[in-house]
Amino acid sequence: MLTRETIVNIVLAALLLAVPLAANASGQPFYVTIATRVAILALAATGLNLALGLGGLVSFGHAAFFGIGGYAAGILASHSFSGEPLLFGLSGTKQMPLIWVVAMLVAGLVGLLIGTISLRTSGVYFIMITLAFAQMVYYFAISWPAYGGEDGLSILVRNQFAGVNTMKPVSFFLICYVLLMLALGLFVLVRGSRFGSALQAARQNEVRVATVGIAPYRIRLTAFAISAAMTGLAGALYADLNRFVSPSMLSWHMSGELIVLIILGGTGRLFGPLAGAALFVIFEYLLGGLTERWQFFLGLILLATVLFARGGLLGLLAGKARHG
Amino acid sequence: MAEPVLELSDLVKNFGALRATDHVSIDLKPGEIHALIGPNGAGKSTLIHQICGTVRQDSGTIRFAGQDIGHLGVAERSRLGLGRTFQVSSLAPEFSALRNVMLAVQAQQGTSFGFFKPVMRDASLIDRSMAMLKRVGLQDRARLAAAELSHGERRQLEIAIALALNSKAFLLDEPMAGMGPEGSKSLTGFLDTLRQEAPILLVEHDMDAVFALADRISVLVYGRIIATGTVEEIRRDPAVRAAYLGDHA
Repeated sequence: MLTRETIVNIVLAALLLAVPLAANASGQPFYVTIATRVAILALAATGLNLALGLGGLVSFGHAAFFGIGGYAAGILASHSFSGEPLLFGLSGTKQMPLIWVVAMLVAGLVGLLIGTISLRTSGVYFIMITLAFAQMVYYFAISWPAYGGEDGLSILVRNQFAGVNTMKPVSFFLICYVLLMLALGLFVLVRGSRFGSALQAARQNEVRVATVGIAPYRIRLTAFAISAAMTGLAGALYADLNRFVSPSMLSWHMSGELIVLIILGGTGRLFGPLAGAALFVIFEYLLGGLTERWQFFLGLILLATVLFARGGLLGLLAGKARHG
Repeated sequence: MAEPVLELSDLVKNFGALRATDHVSIDLKPGEIHALIGPNGAGKSTLIHQICGTVRQDSGTIRFAGQDIGHLGVAERSRLGLGRTFQVSSLAPEFSALRNVMLAVQAQQGTSFGFFKPVMRDASLIDRSMAMLKRVGLQDRARLAAAELSHGERRQLEIAIALALNSKAFLLDEPMAGMGPEGSKSLTGFLDTLRQEAPILLVEHDMDAVFALADRISVLVYGRIIATGTVEEIRRDPAVRAAYLGDHA
């Protein structure tokens, strides 16, 4: 038996695959790039959805992890290009899988560090402290001339993936698509697992979780680190998509954008981030073509979502979320 | 005399100038129901909070299952086997009744750091949880979200959760509150048998239930225990009658 939500999810996943393939077949690579952007933003927001949607941890600092992933890709690529050793005599690399691992590790570790301190607070304080940490990373990147400072860092040739010509937009799209699907698969597993049960219960009622003998702090910290690593992976892909990393990836606008994606799509829903990212990029493209002030209209749509469609697009299409 | 399972000695807690707990010493022995009664504002809730670990005592000790637990957090005390229910039910509202109990069973089994195996296909969690729901008579309501259960059913669910924790002692905070006469009666019968499993510290306003169940009663007034004794002793105690029972006794 397929639930309505499963059908909606399958349709969304199929659309995200079909549109760029069709665009590619009809010689319109621009739309392939748009779809790649959707997939990457959806991946970043899926990471945040783990913390925010499942765990109720409203992080206003996930741009830090997104940007760290991006800089991991940029820095590794630049060292590979220049031949200068990076750290401890290790050299850079152009291999995507290795870059991804480094991006996830670094973002995950920074997430662990930020989470260790931030998770001692909750509510508005948590939002503010995650924002503060992200701003620290942002200003660090701006004032670090070795990797471009304010100007950012270019990736001259897109990084490589064995057997694939990553410079072809559709090939790079497929890489991002597969990673997004893997991340969504992981999200399903985590959500249904013991860990996911504890995490979601801690969002609903922290006292209840402690009363059965589970300390919420460690559960949340782990979720925060996994969430950071996933958003970091998206950052590495984003850098490769644009072949450019700059501190703007680390700015608080980016953190806000990720939260907006989730709210538009449906908080805590598996395909919420994808639905939200698709809506966001479509708005950006359509409204952005009409007026430079497209974000004003995005604001109106966000307002309408929060007032009249709390469950986001997924809530409208698939009804209320159900737990086992 | 058997060693007490739970023992509070000389507990003191001040909130500013208010002494909410004033040198309280009570204990809970195996197999007994020890009722804690007292007028509103006597400090019963504060005392419960100190036992559970949500409020830290200013001085005095709390021993449970042979160790000093006064410095432990809520989760650690629960893991030692302190099972509690709340005055106002405290559940994961979006989860089904079953999944609420499963959370306790998974905690009891040791680890919540499993990331891949789906809990809804884990027979070791589901079977035991269903058994606990059956014991409190909620087996037919297992798939309903906790938020959709009636007030009385949420109470029963909390007890099922405490059972699932293999508790060494139960701390029940007004379990009868808001239950209809039928509900109170069946719950009284249930608690009567439950004491064999683990002793119960029962905070309760329903005097019929207290007198029917309690092996011992302690009366808390203005943060102090003014009397501890059997049902008969407490009924006869003039200080208790003056302070609390009035025409109830």
